[in-house]
Amino acid sequence: MENYSFLRELADSWGLLVLFTFFVGMVLWVLRPGSRAAHRDCAAIPLRHDDRPAAAEDKEART
Amino acid sequence: MSNYIKLAALGLLVLFSALAANFARDLAYQVHAVLILVISGGLFLWVLRNTDEDPPEPAIETAYMDGVVRYGVIATAVWGVVGFLVGTFIAFQLAFPGLNFDWSEGYTNFGRLRPLHTSAVIFAFGGNALIATSFYVVQRTSAARLWGGNAAWFVFWGYQLFIVLAATGYLLGATQSKEYAEPEWYIDLWLTVVWLVYLAVFLGTIIRRREPHIYVANWFYLAFIVTVAMLHVVNNLSIPVSIWGSKSVQVFSGVQDAMVQWWYGHNAVGFLLTAGFLGMMYYFIPKQAERPVFSYKLSIIHFWALIFLYIWAGPHHLHYTALPDWASTLGMVFSIVLWMPSWGGMINGLMTLSGAWDKLRTDPVIRMMVISVGFYGMSTFEGPMMSIRAVNSLSHYTDWTIGHVHSGALGWNGMITFGALYYLVPKLWNRERLYSLSLVNWHFWLATIGIVLYAASMWVTGIMEGLMWREVDANGFLVNSFADTVAAKLPMYVVRGLGGVLFLAGALIMCFNLWMTVKRSPAAEAPAAAAHATPAE
Repeated sequence: MENYSFLRELADSWGLLVLFTFFVGMVLWVLRPGSRAAHRDCAAIPLRHDDRPAAAEDKEART
Repeated sequence: MSNYIKLAALGLLVLFSALAANFARDLAYQVHAVLILVISGGLFLWVLRNTDEDPPEPAIETAYMDGVVRYGVIATAVWGVVGFLVGTFIAFQLAFPGLNFDWSEGYTNFGRLRPLHTSAVIFAFGGNALIATSFYVVQRTSAARLWGGNAAWFVFWGYQLFIVLAATGYLLGATQSKEYAEPEWYIDLWLTVVWLVYLAVFLGTIIRRREPHIYVANWFYLAFIVTVAMLHVVNNLSIPVSIWGSKSVQVFSGVQDAMVQWWYGHNAVGFLLTAGFLGMMYYFIPKQAERPVFSYKLSIIHFWALIFLYIWAGPHHLHYTALPDWASTLGMVFSIVLWMPSWGGMINGLMTLSGAWDKLRTDPVIRMMVISVGFYGMSTFEGPMMSIRAVNSLSHYTDWTIGHVHSGALGWNGMITFGALYYLVPKLWNRERLYSLSLVNWHFWLATIGIVLYAASMWVTGIMEGLMWREVDANGFLVNSFADTVAAKLPMYVVRGLGGVLFLAGALIMCFNLWMTVKRSPAAEAPAAAAHATPAE
């Protein structure tokens, strides 16, 4: 029962706070100003490199 | 040198499985021991034959590793047909009990075939689809070849072995009686090994990616792989009665066991059938529509919201049981909150077509993908509603649940997988196009009408039997016996079976179409050269 009480208390105090903060932080980070170009670039990933991997000498895979 | 270690290990395995076949305490275990004996013996000979030979030419690291994806596509199609066939058969067994033949009693009656159907469609069809597409997608979106060389082949063949062991085990009576986790202890251990290698291959490929960003589809696939590993291990904690037998005893008992089981069961839905397939959606819909996903911001929020919420939803399977009220209320609340990320994801998938809606008219493959997202939206609306305690008191234990599961599984998982297969086969076999688009159209309509027949008949019969079970007369006595409800359900059961026949027919048409695509379609013209000539985007 001790384990149960401890976990129960942890879950609805610090555990909840950590998860909730992480989630809100994630949303704020995603919606940060100036991220539009980066996200547009990410969204285009499936449209690149259809046939072969990026060549080894490319530092970053941008074709 | 490594071949000598392999030979020693395989030799020991042959010896052990021969002992196991001899000492086996039950038929399933004995059959499996013989199966392992044959496979490990064959592998022993194969390794021996290749020992001290010239090493094979190293694989070309500048190409994607697609052989294993091709095998995965074939396995997906074949297991899909097997799973749909068994499902249709057991649907008719429910309508006409005479199909539980006397001569095969104990092997092919409903109780034995039902787990065979569920595992075949979820793990064999869905699992193979996920493994194959994840290997395809992670390479393209990381711009890197699969990590680990032949480890991907180990994952593929190891997973097929798991399926065969599980399926034969069910027919021969080896089951630990946990829904969707029926395989016994040694099969669970084997799957754990295969799954960890799968995780290593997937993560290894991501780690050596040439794209700085990890594309959202890979986040979903990764969540699926990691969570399934965790769920599988915890839910299958059991102690074998003997090392020479298949029977094992669960570590958890009573309500804890029930809670762990539905924590597992619902997250099998949430992470295998939802997160993994959302990974497919986030890659194949943009590819087929030839435009990026509608909102990348929304896709990130979709991901985190979905995985943060789904993991808590399991207790809604245990309303009005020994589970404490607060726990089932928690499950219910999280299920209802799940509406938002589910519909956010659905909107993201659908709106990817904005500006290209005309493709719905001309491209039956994208129509398939869009209707799958539509079914996703419908079943993620229905699910939270059914998790509400008051609704659940009517729907639980009735066929409504079965209808809900199938509108999700046939509509969402099935249709998105079919769409992915139609996309993949011409790509993987280097064909210009599919053999026949009108056959895709036939498949689309047969499958859609099949699902509609299935879901509609199950709504009617589910709500009807729920109402009949709770009907009381003026004196407070129950009006209907259980057999009354069974008799009343016959017409709907026949309609459900016909829906299954239509869905199966569509899948057979797909197999024919894909086969002819590989055999007859013209080869694509030098795709590599064309890609090279493409200017920078």
